[in-house]
Amino acid sequence: MLSQIIFAVALLLTIWIFGYTSSRYIKLFRITKPAFPVRDIRKRILLTLRVAMGQSKMFRKPFTGFMHALVFWGFLVILIGSIEMVIDGLTGSERSLKVLGGLYELIIALGDVFALLVVIAILIFLGRRLFLHVKRFEGIEMKYISHLDAKVALSIILLLMLTLIGMNAGYVALKVAGNEPIHGVFPISKHLAGLLEGMNVVQLHLFHEIHWWAHILLIFFFANLLPYSKHFHVFMSLPNVFLSRLDPLAKLPNMDSITREVKLMMDPETAFASAEGEAAPERFGVKDAEDVSWKNYLDSLACTECGRCTSVCPAAITGKKLSPRKIVMDLRARMREKGKGLISQGKDFIDQKALLRDYISEEELWACTTCNACAKECPININQPTLIVDMRRYLVMEEGSAPGELKAVFNNIENNGAPWQYSSEDRLLWAKDIEIKKS
Amino acid sequence: MADLFSRGEQPEYLFWVGCAGAYDDRYKKVAAAFVKILSYLEVNYAVLGKEESCTGDPARRAGNEMLYQMQALQNIELFKGYKINKIITICPHCYNIFKNEYPDLGGRYQVISYVDFLDGLISSGKLVFSPEALGGVTITYHDPCYLGRGNDIYDSPRRVLQAVSGKLVEMHRNRSFALCCGAGGGQMFKEAEKGDKEVFIERTEDALKTEASVIATACPFCMTMMTDGLKYKSKEEDIKNYDIAELIVQAMGI
Repeated sequence: MLSQIIFAVALLLTIWIFGYTSSRYIKLFRITKPAFPVRDIRKRILLTLRVAMGQSKMFRKPFTGFMHALVFWGFLVILIGSIEMVIDGLTGSERSLKVLGGLYELIIALGDVFALLVVIAILIFLGRRLFLHVKRFEGIEMKYISHLDAKVALSIILLLMLTLIGMNAGYVALKVAGNEPIHGVFPISKHLAGLLEGMNVVQLHLFHEIHWWAHILLIFFFANLLPYSKHFHVFMSLPNVFLSRLDPLAKLPNMDSITREVKLMMDPETAFASAEGEAAPERFGVKDAEDVSWKNYLDSLACTECGRCTSVCPAAITGKKLSPRKIVMDLRARMREKGKGLISQGKDFIDQKALLRDYISEEELWACTTCNACAKECPININQPTLIVDMRRYLVMEEGSAPGELKAVFNNIENNGAPWQYSSEDRLLWAKDIEIKKS
Repeated sequence: MADLFSRGEQPEYLFWVGCAGAYDDRYKKVAAAFVKILSYLEVNYAVLGKEESCTGDPARRAGNEMLYQMQALQNIELFKGYKINKIITICPHCYNIFKNEYPDLGGRYQVISYVDFLDGLISSGKLVFSPEALGGVTITYHDPCYLGRGNDIYDSPRRVLQAVSGKLVEMHRNRSFALCCGAGGGQMFKEAEKGDKEVFIERTEDALKTEASVIATACPFCMTMMTDGLKYKSKEEDIKNYDIAELIVQAMGI
């Protein structure tokens, strides 16, 4: 009974802290701007199955992709075991999901095997971070804390798996020693249970309890650490994939506020008719955290800083300042910095800083070729180019700021309908003297 | 278009030449090559001529949404006047903006990229030539971002190239992994930001590694970049950069 009370208190504390964290994130999401209506649920489910469950984009790098897929699939299977542990902990029962019968045996067996596979994958990941010089883990945005963050998360996952294996081995050994039936199949742990043969039933019981409690308390701790680390990825990736932008990558979202203005210029009457009841926007484009859409913000929270985007960015590859990962991380950092004020004082809160210039320089923004390599590469469908263009929109339309050559392009398009300074009278010169043959 | 319209005729396709096709000396030849193919097959098409104007793409990618929408809404009005519903483009940026972005402003058309159009002509047997016609040259294809990643058009240009020469070799970064030429998003018109290297040189090196004697492109900006890259590497004598339409014209001898 005492252990049930302790468990319930730990669980409530976990939920309470998690609830507090979530409420702050929800408040920040409320400040963000609309992105697109979430339709095509069927398409989204299929996309989630393919990209999230099937890890399809991870496999663009086959080896690390496969390792990550093992960790993810393992996580899904082991999650069922964790749910069982919560039920057991609250009710004082043991292996309560055994009522599922054959399915239970399968889930437990898979979880046991995956625990070992995840250990192997995590050791490889830690090895890559500690001993190999992987270029995409470096960059100006990768500060000491980013590296620490990654290593802490990997270490916790490793501990989670080791305690799980210890718990399983202890369970098997305890049941064997007590001549009791074993629920579940343990292809890996049953061999490890042999190593515990020297222990008596009391010692085995203690061994099992220690691992059980260590495992579940670590989960509770991890769940509340995640929202404050880049590994919030664990929670946010799935929704981020489900809520992906479904348009072709090259399509930019339309600015309806501009459409109203342009229609007003071209035909005042239609514009008035359509503008009715709609508030004028405060700002064109993105200057600071509160200007971004909910999808931009969700992207930033789901990013786990893997750097695949930057590793394929033509600007980054050729030594320019732009790093798509930095753009995403900067948005997250800026929202964190400004969030407190935004939550307490609302959208009008100012702190004399902005995402533009204090975090992201114009040089970075103008280096983008909008080639969409970053967005294509991102395993969880983060879209960096639309945010970059939104920041260019602010620069151009609110500040009139752009590289001189682009200002000339704007002038040429406006004056002679082409980015170059040629007269529209000359538009057909190319067609002179073409020799035409007929079939 | 205006001439046909005044005679009360309606062409099946509008061939959108694009600013590069109209003004860029190198790409004018591509526009001419495509027109040769259209005329050879007696496709019922027209061009807008002096009435054509920028789609607004460079302005839009550079953040000038206002200018883009003014261009777009004017073009949509013009298309409405001529009752245009099928548009063929030879520029992936024009293709993308008509296909994906004009609909948001009320301009809905059947937009066809010339690579898809040519692929259709070959597979339906309307364009026939021997794969030996080009003397068995080895070709490598550079995916334009706005056809490939941007709109998932990877196969049709490759089928066309397979038809003109059986020897198609891939760069190590190809299809959705292809490296940009460096000219998209307004970069075509400005100096690149400071870095260690120009993007077009990096991409030209990819192409050179394949040892192909022809780099095939399907975008005016890519063509400028890859041609510049060949010049930078002093390879312009040995390796040629042709557009897909030009290769077809060569293979057919028209």
